[in-house]
Amino acid sequence: MTARSIRSAAAALAGTMAFGAAACSTPSDGKGGAAGAQDSAVVGIAYEPESLSPLLGYGKDGNSKIFDGLLTHDADMKLRPALAAKLPEVSDDGRTYTYTLRDGVTFSDGKPFTADDVVFTYETILDEKTNNASKAELDALEKVEKKDARTVVFHLKYAYAPFAERTVLPIAPKHIAGKQDVNTGSFTTHPVGTGPYILTNWSKGEKLTFKANPHYWGGAPKVKNFTMAIIKDDDVRATRLRSGDLDGAILPPNLAATFKSAKDMKTLSAKTFDYRNVTLPTANEVTGDKAVRRALDIAVDRKAMVDGILDGAGKPAYGPVPTDSPWFAKGTERVHDLKKAERILDDAGWKKGENGIREKDGRPASFKLWYLAGDKLRQEHALAFASDAKKAGIEVKVESGPWEAIQPNMKTDAVLAGGGSPADPDFDQYLLLHSSLAGDGFNNMSRYDNPKVDKALVDARRTDDKAARKAGYDTVQRELADDPAYIFLTHIDHLYVVKDRWKDLTTQVEPHDHGLASGPWWNVEDWQPAK
Amino acid sequence: MARMTGRRALLAVPVLLAVTLGVFAVAAAAPFDPVKAYAGTAGLTASQENLDQIRHNLGVDQPLLGRWWHWLTGALTGDLGDSATLRAPVSQVIGERIGWSVLLCALAFVIAIIVGTLLGVLAARRRGSLLDRAVTSAAYTLEAAPPFWLGLLAVWLFALKLGVLPAGGLTDTGSEVATAGQIARHVVLPALVLAVSQLPWFVLYVRQGVGDALEEDPVRGARARGLSERTVLLRHALRSGLLPVLTLIGSRVPELITGALLVETVFSWPGIAAATVQAATSVDFPLLAALTVLATAAVLVGNLLSDLLYGLADPRVGFDG
Repeated sequence: MTARSIRSAAAALAGTMAFGAAACSTPSDGKGGAAGAQDSAVVGIAYEPESLSPLLGYGKDGNSKIFDGLLTHDADMKLRPALAAKLPEVSDDGRTYTYTLRDGVTFSDGKPFTADDVVFTYETILDEKTNNASKAELDALEKVEKKDARTVVFHLKYAYAPFAERTVLPIAPKHIAGKQDVNTGSFTTHPVGTGPYILTNWSKGEKLTFKANPHYWGGAPKVKNFTMAIIKDDDVRATRLRSGDLDGAILPPNLAATFKSAKDMKTLSAKTFDYRNVTLPTANEVTGDKAVRRALDIAVDRKAMVDGILDGAGKPAYGPVPTDSPWFAKGTERVHDLKKAERILDDAGWKKGENGIREKDGRPASFKLWYLAGDKLRQEHALAFASDAKKAGIEVKVESGPWEAIQPNMKTDAVLAGGGSPADPDFDQYLLLHSSLAGDGFNNMSRYDNPKVDKALVDARRTDDKAARKAGYDTVQRELADDPAYIFLTHIDHLYVVKDRWKDLTTQVEPHDHGLASGPWWNVEDWQPAK
Repeated sequence: MARMTGRRALLAVPVLLAVTLGVFAVAAAAPFDPVKAYAGTAGLTASQENLDQIRHNLGVDQPLLGRWWHWLTGALTGDLGDSATLRAPVSQVIGERIGWSVLLCALAFVIAIIVGTLLGVLAARRRGSLLDRAVTSAAYTLEAAPPFWLGLLAVWLFALKLGVLPAGGLTDTGSEVATAGQIARHVVLPALVLAVSQLPWFVLYVRQGVGDALEEDPVRGARARGLSERTVLLRHALRSGLLPVLTLIGSRVPELITGALLVETVFSWPGIAAATVQAATSVDFPLLAALTVLATAAVLVGNLLSDLLYGLADPRVGFDG
């Protein structure tokens, strides 16, 4: 090798490195190291959104930090006006919702927020060219109409009582999002909204950083810099919380317990609607048998699952509605009673065979139960369910796989499923139980078909009368207790460990999804320093 | 030399075509559903009609060849398509990340070459000495150690036990902007781990090459002429002994790429590794194809480079006969 060629090789290498440094896209204007400062907070979350565009479904349940909806939820999940000046006026037939918009709100780029933005947002979501997987949630909506600059009217296809709950979804600026490809434009990663925080950087797979919006209509937040670090592994999250890198994090019960003695940390437990259940498909001759379903429903020891699997951070579930919700139908709790379960099976002709597994007409009482591979919580629920069923003489063969492997078998095999939506009982129960949605995607996986339930579900979504709605959902829960097409096992508390630096942290009642909005940081814009 | 470069460039065309077609075929045969990956958790409550519409919008209901042809014609006109899972144009996804990967790889490569040559020469000078045995056995041990394992070990030692270096990321978690100082601190561990995983090959090659050269006639002749040990080593042994290392530089490129994928994952380094893994598991055709072309091109260029260097350094070898 000649000296000349060595030099040119070195130059090439140096050139590559310089290119590497120049091609970097993260801004570098000199400050930093904000962790630990009084006005900043860093939290560790386990979930990363696919997109930050509300048009593609981001923030649809409210609380997006970057955006506001027309309405929002308070700590008790009650609806409050946000971009609307007050709660909507609903017409007598329940099919027209009129919103008056708040005055003087601007997007973080300084442009004013108007009725056009509201119309644009809803129309874009409903457009079939928009790849929004949640658009079915707006099924009731027929059209959105701008009446004047400050008034928007929603016309529904049918009376839909919980519609106002859907209007927490964030409003996108027409002057930015309307000018680019809705599915892949830069707005999906560099959003601009009216919310309390402005996204400063999204390093995919690593973190999202926000700075407070000084012109926020609700007042500038005290926490000026806010970071959400995306750390999928539970142990790594706990380690980084312990090392002081994070101010707070979501943790599973066993890891949260290791912070009990830390004196500058506190643990917050959020009540949820997050349930785990077992689907019992009607097409399967074993799980489709009402006697088997009823026997399994009382053969499972829910209390033992809460204590053993959840370390006490949760409660037994008897239906989609948690027992401490006002929507819960009192009296539908089922006690663990193995003797009674065996009697039901005996009476129905399921006789015990030699190996302890029951049989009827030569058919063994045996079925397959799938759970999502890698999900430890579901695995433990599935194994506990199988072991309880075995005691009653029913064999449950547990198998794991990704959804791609599970879905083709959902018609005949049981699945350890999860769900839960606190905003309105309609959101869960209609998808879970209405016969018209049997086998539609992941909706009504048991293919439950009960005319009484269908009618109650429809009646309850059509009326605005609270008592009538409650009666409807009571009927649903009682029918479900009588013919449990799903065995509900537990409602799971979500645990958060947070540094003791802020006053009066709270949590909301949380859904199944761990969105960015869950956790004590649901209202980070209202946090006040402890001293 | 120009002829060889031209011939290799021509050969690269069918290779790249075959590789991209292969990627589309393998991805289409994979059990993963791109629509499910795209929709994420929302897909679990979406209606079938809604999911079918998205399938159509994404174009994944098209037959394999049609999709490949569409991607190819687009790519030739400079449109690499849109990444479905990252919701952004492929060129933007790659542009935002490749710089960080190149920085990491280049640093690691330079460290590996320099340290590898140094250790190799030291070991070759006195073969069989304590130093030689120590370096050689360490190199063999490292050869067997997978980069992700080295990475986890480094995190455990330097970040958790000693607390001297950050465990991952490009900058401190709480920091909003990437300063040069922060990046410099954060690149140390991943670059060192990647360098160490590449090191054994350089050490062993250099040791062998220089060691053999030291026993060749010209070197012995030089010694006999009474030239100093230093001159003998630098002027004579090193020049012929380093020839095999030139080939090695090019042929290490594929290993460097796969090593970088693992190291980036361990250290949450925001390079193209995470994008590659995500593209593969969510059957993100456009992104996957573009990344594969990129990796294939890097390998082809690496091979060409090493052959060119070798030809330049040793005229007897010539260029492709």
